[in-house]
Amino acid sequence: MAEEFYLRQAYGETLVELGKENPDIVVLDADLSRSTRTILFADKFPERFFNCGIAEQNMVGIAAGLAASGKIPFASTFAVFVPGRCFDQIRMSIAQPKLNVKLVVTHGGISVGEDGTSHQSIEDLALIGSLPGFTVIVPADAIETVQAVRAVAAHLGPCYIRLCRPKLPLVYEQSYRFKLGKAVTMKRGGDATIIAIGLMVKAALEAAQNLKREGIDCRVLNMSTLKPIDEAAITKAAAETGAIVTAEEHLEHGGLGSAVARVVAKHRPVPMELVAIKDTYAKSGKAAELLERYGLTAKDIGRAVKSAIKRKQLK
Amino acid sequence: MALPEKCKPSTSAKSVKAEVFSSSASVAEMEAIAKRLRRHIITMTGKAGSGHPGGSLSAVEILIALYFKVIRHKPQDPHWPERDRFILSKGHAAPALYATLAECGYFPVDELATLRRMDSCLQGHTDCTLTPGVEMSAGALGQGLSFAIGVALAGRLNLKDYRVYVLLGDGECDEGQVWEAAMSAAHFKVDNLVAIVDNNGQQIDGWNRDVMNLDPFPAKWQAFGWQVIEVDGHSVPQLTQAFDKAKLVKGQPTVIIAHTVKGKGVSFMENNPYFHGTAPTAEEVKLALKELA
Repeated sequence: MAEEFYLRQAYGETLVELGKENPDIVVLDADLSRSTRTILFADKFPERFFNCGIAEQNMVGIAAGLAASGKIPFASTFAVFVPGRCFDQIRMSIAQPKLNVKLVVTHGGISVGEDGTSHQSIEDLALIGSLPGFTVIVPADAIETVQAVRAVAAHLGPCYIRLCRPKLPLVYEQSYRFKLGKAVTMKRGGDATIIAIGLMVKAALEAAQNLKREGIDCRVLNMSTLKPIDEAAITKAAAETGAIVTAEEHLEHGGLGSAVARVVAKHRPVPMELVAIKDTYAKSGKAAELLERYGLTAKDIGRAVKSAIKRKQLK
Repeated sequence: MALPEKCKPSTSAKSVKAEVFSSSASVAEMEAIAKRLRRHIITMTGKAGSGHPGGSLSAVEILIALYFKVIRHKPQDPHWPERDRFILSKGHAAPALYATLAECGYFPVDELATLRRMDSCLQGHTDCTLTPGVEMSAGALGQGLSFAIGVALAGRLNLKDYRVYVLLGDGECDEGQVWEAAMSAAHFKVDNLVAIVDNNGQQIDGWNRDVMNLDPFPAKWQAFGWQVIEVDGHSVPQLTQAFDKAKLVKGQPTVIIAHTVKGKGVSFMENNPYFHGTAPTAEEVKLALKELA
């Protein structure tokens, strides 16, 4: 089995590296620095770290002021406490003036597990993705996390990175180079395309492997940059494979599936299936149990692929 | 960010060496400037047919004290890195800020007549991407103090000696974020930060004490770790003295609670919450301008 790593640990370690390279990097947290791993930066650069306490709206505003003054602020806490709790602050203090704030959130999705509904962020991508000019990234493993964090530090403008709580197996080699706004072909194939983000990329690869045994050859795309989305890769996949399945740890409404459907509808209508949470809140449980209960496994993706292919043949 | 051509300062920073703004205006001359600003506020909101005259009129002397006497700024070079920062958190007082900026030379006074019109650089509420001299987009209340703390912390990290001034409304202090920010400003000991509360006692629905009681207001700020100074918010000398006093405060932020009158200077607008967010009619503009002659 592939070795597993915490994405948030990779984040914290990358912040320390960035901090050494660039004195303008500053970090803010809202009393969760041990969990988000910003504590690694705090220990190394205490004068450039601001713990704002349990006051996320204020943290977002302070980050905006720092960015307006030439700093590159990374502000972190759990995903559920950022776009939801601070939507208007992000909208007016960051998005409208296009300020260079990096919101890097952890514990996204239902894989947060036992903490339950209050801590399971399943709407954040819809909220943050609705804000004009925001770059939104959901990395698939620790290697991609390091690259994505470096990419947003170098990119001028508001960015959001969503990380999950559990360790994830690597899907990339160390030599991987993340490119902002570019989908990555994880596996070639012509019968259908699975487009996934975050921990669902690994599930998509598993599903593709299983389907292969049944003679179905799937393409797998990692759409780690959810916004701006790689329209060319989606249109090409629709044209070449004729069916698309999306997979995400988020509500069906407003996440990856919706974004891909928008592109497919505009440029190349083909049958689509959305593997996502269906208009409901999840509950406490182990991450794996929850992913199974809410239909976010390789098996669910496999079923969705077959159903999409069947619809393609109906034409 | 590229500004619309017409919104740029009348002489560009490149052709003329931008000077630090200074004014030798006497107390009497500042009273004349105040009248002029009030006439602008009445005229521009009247012409626009909407806007917020009440809380703009109450803030006039605060803005005059800051822009004419206290802050270091270069109207021809709005992004001068050494400038003191003024952040308008009560974004609905945009007409007062626009009038002040125009009188200082940030953009032509004629531009004021475009307030709230399509393609104007003077939006209904402040937009820092469009108006020279506007530091922050505001209008959703409660956000300016947090932003100002960020600007103040950046100044400290960058070893800059600029000071940061942020103007809040008293009604705005209903917002919880203001108190999150107040707590953190004291915690981070940002003594290069001064908050001013335009304490006109009213909000849209009426007197603060009836809508949402803020008392004991100065004691709240004190309890949150701030140095509190109370002044007559329509006295430029008192305000200037308070800003000077705030410069001497070390290790904590200062709040100046400026006691003001909503709609100040126009008899039928004074203490009248109707004019919080209603522009004067053509007839009312005439009457008001007569009073402000």
